[in-house]
Amino acid sequence: MTTSAAAGIVPPGLLAPAGGWSRRHPLLRQAVLLGGVLLLIAFAWEAAKWLAGDPWRIAIGGFTYTHTPPLAWRIASDISLPHLWTIVATLFDPVPGGPPLWLFLTGAAFYTLRTAFVGFAAGALLGLGLGIVFVHSRFLERALVPWVVGSQTVPIIAIAPIVVVALGASWISVAVVATYLTFFPVAIAAIRGLRAYDRRAGELMRSYAASTPQVLWKLRLPASVPYLFSALRVAAAASVVGTIVGELPSGIPEGLGRAVLNFTQYYVTAPERLWATVASCAMTGLVFVGLVRFAEAFLTRGRYRPAAV
Amino acid sequence: MIPDSAIPAAAAAATPVVEIRGVDKTFATASGGVVALQGIDLTIRAGEFVSLIGPSGCGKSTLLRIIGDLTGPSAGDVLVNGKPSHRARLDRDYGMVFQAPVLMDWRTVSRNVELPLEVMRYPKADRQARSKRLLDLVELGEFGDRYPWQLSGGMQQRVAIARAFAFDPALILMDEPFGALDEMTRERMNLELMRIWRETETTIVFVTHSIPEAVFLSTRVVVMSPRPGRVNRVVAVDLPQPRTFETREERRYFELVTEVREALRGFEEAAAVDEVVDARIRVEGIG
Amino acid sequence: MTAAAARVPQPGRRPGAGHAVASGRLRALVPPVGAAIVVLLLWEFLLQALGFAEFLLPRPTTIVTAFLQQWPVLQKGIVYTGGEALAGFLVGVSLGVIAAFATARWATAREALMPVAIAASSIPIIAMAPISSAWFGVESPLARIFIVTLMVFFPVMVNTVRGLTSVEASALELMRSYAAGDVDTFRHVRIPNALPFVFTALRIAATLSVIGAVIGEYFGGPRYSLGIYISSEAYLFRYPNAWAGIVCACLIGTAFFAAVLLLERIAIPWHRADGRDA
Repeated sequence: MTTSAAAGIVPPGLLAPAGGWSRRHPLLRQAVLLGGVLLLIAFAWEAAKWLAGDPWRIAIGGFTYTHTPPLAWRIASDISLPHLWTIVATLFDPVPGGPPLWLFLTGAAFYTLRTAFVGFAAGALLGLGLGIVFVHSRFLERALVPWVVGSQTVPIIAIAPIVVVALGASWISVAVVATYLTFFPVAIAAIRGLRAYDRRAGELMRSYAASTPQVLWKLRLPASVPYLFSALRVAAAASVVGTIVGELPSGIPEGLGRAVLNFTQYYVTAPERLWATVASCAMTGLVFVGLVRFAEAFLTRGRYRPAAV
Repeated sequence: MIPDSAIPAAAAAATPVVEIRGVDKTFATASGGVVALQGIDLTIRAGEFVSLIGPSGCGKSTLLRIIGDLTGPSAGDVLVNGKPSHRARLDRDYGMVFQAPVLMDWRTVSRNVELPLEVMRYPKADRQARSKRLLDLVELGEFGDRYPWQLSGGMQQRVAIARAFAFDPALILMDEPFGALDEMTRERMNLELMRIWRETETTIVFVTHSIPEAVFLSTRVVVMSPRPGRVNRVVAVDLPQPRTFETREERRYFELVTEVREALRGFEEAAAVDEVVDARIRVEGIG
Repeated sequence: MTAAAARVPQPGRRPGAGHAVASGRLRALVPPVGAAIVVLLLWEFLLQALGFAEFLLPRPTTIVTAFLQQWPVLQKGIVYTGGEALAGFLVGVSLGVIAAFATARWATAREALMPVAIAASSIPIIAMAPISSAWFGVESPLARIFIVTLMVFFPVMVNTVRGLTSVEASALELMRSYAAGDVDTFRHVRIPNALPFVFTALRIAATLSVIGAVIGEYFGGPRYSLGIYISSEAYLFRYPNAWAGIVCACLIGTAFFAAVLLLERIAIPWHRADGRDA
């Protein structure tokens, strides 16, 4: 199959890692490298505060030391860039009149994830459906694909309030906003993937006088699987973005979008809460994309060589 | 010019271009080392056309790549033009043709032929003159402005050949260059290659798995056995030069084809095992 | 390669030459334009007949009227928001390409940073918008430029690294056989190979940058900026005006997208994405 070349996948020879222990344990190596990068970011963060942040008191046992950074940079101040440990600590403080922040954010994340999943599923089906229609009708493809592409230049935040008013302030209208962002990558990948089957296999099906649905089911859809999954990863990320953005104007109290708005209002007194919320938004995106990757690995194991990185 | 019958006796007088002494090659895989080549000794002299033939997995492509210093031997020495192969590569002593044309999509045909010349810092006027001359040589003179995708597979391979000859290397290494072409195109390309070889007076090392092709083109055919890859036999091809369309109808041609085929017999079983090993290597992701 | 091998050369025809191609391009415009006209007509005359609330989705003619009426404000909004998006786009793309070159050169850096960059492209960076506003000040366009830069950076970097590294092994061997140095290999093989990947990223970045700027304005910006204008007009139930603002944002996005396509055509004339896949 020529799919790997078409998808721009690195030939395996180019990815051969350097020798030694890392060659024998590629996963461990990945983990070490990833941990290294994260540590580096954390180090840079605190280094910026040490050099140009606000003064802080360090108390270890009976020993106290007040550190006064030599420089002052607004972006490294405690309001702009709280200490990492302040952000972690705030997770265990209760939100006003509620559970600890971490519990509150986990609940919000699950709520957002559910909405995102519904939007994602609807968008994936819509995208795949459009792809199937477009590969079977040149005319519809020519007429509508430019508008499918154009649809993505509409800033969703702009239509989100209108969708929310039109469909009512419920998580369903937020899911519709997520669908709007999700269907596009899937539709584009479906058009490519449904055409990516082996020509000779197509002729074989022709020799069997296979019907169009049979060709679709037995040839086009299987050939499109690698394309669809790489689009689904993009779509998963997009659906989380769409959900959070959709939640902003919706007035729904449960999701992460609302939490972002809430803690933005308290930013001056407790910036670490907004940072913690942003971190949980990031986690939500990572978890959803990770789930899609996991599903891909599970459903397609050994059937095709998965995309490198 | 090549003497009418380029038998080894006549070639023996010429200077050696490639000298291979006791070359071994072992690949490391997850399940231990695979010996690809073992104890290869071979000398190729100026003006020769030597084919390396053998079943898949006999290491013939690896040997070619060792000559070109694209990979190193595990043991042994390779001299090209009397110097280590690494030095020879840096001196740009050889041209290379792969099984795939490996043309750059973003360059026109003539600019593809100019690629090595640009890397080697030839002046522009010289580049263009050489590109034109070589495209004429492979009979693609009027296709210089096209992009590779506008050419058929055979034409693309001819561009790759023109590119290999562009900087007048004395040695050309060819790795199954016609393997992807249909039989008729292949025979035509064989004739064309013979003509280019005569006109340029180069030395060619040619990897193939086609017996008729090897016999038709070569002054010597090196028959290799698989795993570990060894030189099993060297068949001197005493067919008269120049080789023409009629060469393939000569009695001697058939005798030589039979001789090479006999030398290759007994490897079929090994070849079948090899395919299993190859598949396993692919699955394990070592390929 | 298989597609190229199968294609029969046509000595008589050259690509891009002759008016046959030009009229073919014009003809290709007929279906999408036709579809647009049909949709607009249905929208204008059918939607309300079906009982769709006029105030939510006004007729196209109403939107056009609002657009013309509001033009003085919208014009300022287009310049301001478009400027933010463009600045963020340019900075983000430049940094992304530079980072890609730095990481593509060293395998270890690539292995360490690529997973982080890929992960970063799946997090909703837009959630950073309020923090960015707090950093740079609500009124400062830098707040949005920063967000757009961040949103654009990761996809550009990831795609460029892929383009620089997903080179055919035999092309690298060819360069090796010429004893070509790293600089020559980058110039003749890796960079041209990466260009289609870069342009794919630029297409994504073009739409992302407008979305990032408009959403960023949700957390602050001058009253005439498109994000504020759209949300405040919608809040006041002046939907025709809000829609006129949306149209402006679309116009910016489309203009960016078209500029990228045009640049793509000039920069990589050899690349024919449609012709190759079909």
